[in-house]
Amino acid sequence: MTLAPQKEPESLSFKNNMAEEVVLLDYWPSPFGTRARIALAEKGISFIHKFEDLSNKSHLLMKMNPVQQRVPVLVHKGKPVCESDIIIQYIDEVWNHSFPLLPSEPYQRAKARFLVDFINKKVHESSVKVWMGAKEEQENGKKELLEWSKFLEGELGDKLYFGGDVFGFVDIALVPFYNWFIVFKTFANFNIIETECPKLVMWGDRCLNRDSVSKSLPTTDQVYQAYLEFKRGWAHG
Amino acid sequence: MAEELKLHRTWSSPFGLRIVWALHIKGIEYDAIFEDLSQKSPELLQYNPIHKKIPVLVHKGKPICESLVILEYIDETWKEAPLLPQDPYEKAMARFWAKFGEEKLLPSIWSVFTGQGEEKKEALGLAVQNLELLEEQLKEKFFGGEKIGYLDLVFGWLAYLLDVFEEVIDLKLFDAGKFPLLSAWMKNFYDAPEIKEHWPPRDKLVTKFQVLHEKYQTANPPK
Repeated sequence: MTLAPQKEPESLSFKNNMAEEVVLLDYWPSPFGTRARIALAEKGISFIHKFEDLSNKSHLLMKMNPVQQRVPVLVHKGKPVCESDIIIQYIDEVWNHSFPLLPSEPYQRAKARFLVDFINKKVHESSVKVWMGAKEEQENGKKELLEWSKFLEGELGDKLYFGGDVFGFVDIALVPFYNWFIVFKTFANFNIIETECPKLVMWGDRCLNRDSVSKSLPTTDQVYQAYLEFKRGWAHG
Repeated sequence: MAEELKLHRTWSSPFGLRIVWALHIKGIEYDAIFEDLSQKSPELLQYNPIHKKIPVLVHKGKPICESLVILEYIDETWKEAPLLPQDPYEKAMARFWAKFGEEKLLPSIWSVFTGQGEEKKEALGLAVQNLELLEEQLKEKFFGGEKIGYLDLVFGWLAYLLDVFEEVIDLKLFDAGKFPLLSAWMKNFYDAPEIKEHWPPRDKLVTKFQVLHEKYQTANPPK
C-alpha cells in the first residue's frame, strides 16, 4: 500500500530536464523522507519523486540502498545518497549557491550536527516508545520527550530558528518529529509542551507556516493512518 | 596554543582515540584530560550534560561532543592534512559508512561480546555479515586511499579491540582468511606511526574486558 500526497505540489513536478538528474525514493509519512523533501524545496531543486510501498520494496530501492534498504534515498546523476541527515548535507554542499542549510562557521556547524544526532537518537527513540509501547513504556516515552523538548527549548532560546535567523539543518531535522508531537496530543494525551516549552511551540508554528514545510509535511491524519497500517502489518508479522 | 585546546578522554576508549589520532595527524597540540567514568569531572558534566560521555573537545572554552562531530569540526577548523574527502559525493559515502559502523557494525560485535548461547550465535552471524560489507569497501591501502583518513579513524577500534575480545570470550570473531583486505588494513593501520604510539596497553585492556565480560555473564546467566 502506497501513501501518496493528496495533491502534487508545484515544485515537486519535473519541469525541466535537470529533474531527471535528481530522484528521491521516499515514503510520504516518513519523517526522514520529509526532511529530504524540505531540503530540496528550500533549495528549489526539481526532482522526480518516487514513492515506495514499504511492504514490497522496489528493485531500484534495493539496488540503491542494499545496506539499509530504507528510504529516503537521493539519487543524483545515478548515484545514491542515503540517510536523511547525510542527504541534507550533500544537498547543501552541491547546491551551494544560495539558501545555505548549515551555518558556515565550524563551531556552529558542530552544534548543528550534534543537535541533529540528538534528534535522530533521543527524540526518535522516545517517539517510538510513544507510538509502539504498552502503557508504561508509552508514559516513559512521553516523560523523555518532555525532557528532550526542554533541552531543545534551551538550545533554541530567543532565536527564530535553531541556527539563528535562518531556517536550516536542525529545524529541518526536528520539524517532522514536531509534527508527530501534534499527533501525540490526541493519540497519547501528550499536550504538556504548550505550557512547558512555549518557545518551541512558537518555533513549530513558524516552521509549519513555511512553504517548503507545509508542502512537504504529511498531515497529522496521514501520519496516524500510516501508524495504524504499520501496526496492522507488524501485528501480522 | 595548547591551553586553547583540551580533550576529555579515557585511557582506553576507542571514541577518544579517534580524536587523539586526528589531532596527531594534523599536528595539533592540546591538553589531554583523562576521565574516570565512575567519577566524572564537574567540567565533563558541564560540557556534555545530555550524554555525559567522552570524548569532549574543548576549543577556546567551547565544547564539542560526539566523536564523529568532533572529527568533522577538527577537519573544518584545521585544514592541513584533510581527513574527509573534498568531493561532496565521496564525503556523503564516508559519512554513510561511519554511520553504518556506529549503528550496525559496532553494536553487532558488542552483542557477540556480551551475549550468550543462541543470542551470541545470532549476533556472530550478523557481525560477520557486517564485516563482509566493510571488506567490500576497501579499495586501497586505507579507507582514505593511500593515506589514513576519516573512515580509518572511525574503524580504527577494530585493529586493536577485536583481538582483545576474541581472547576474552575465547571465540574467533574475525577469520583473517575470510577477510584478506580488512586483515591487511588492520595491520597497516595498527603499525602506522601516527597511530601506533597511542595504543592503550594490551594487558590492561584484556583485564578490563575480562571484568566487563564477567559482569555480563552474571547479570544475564544463560537460560
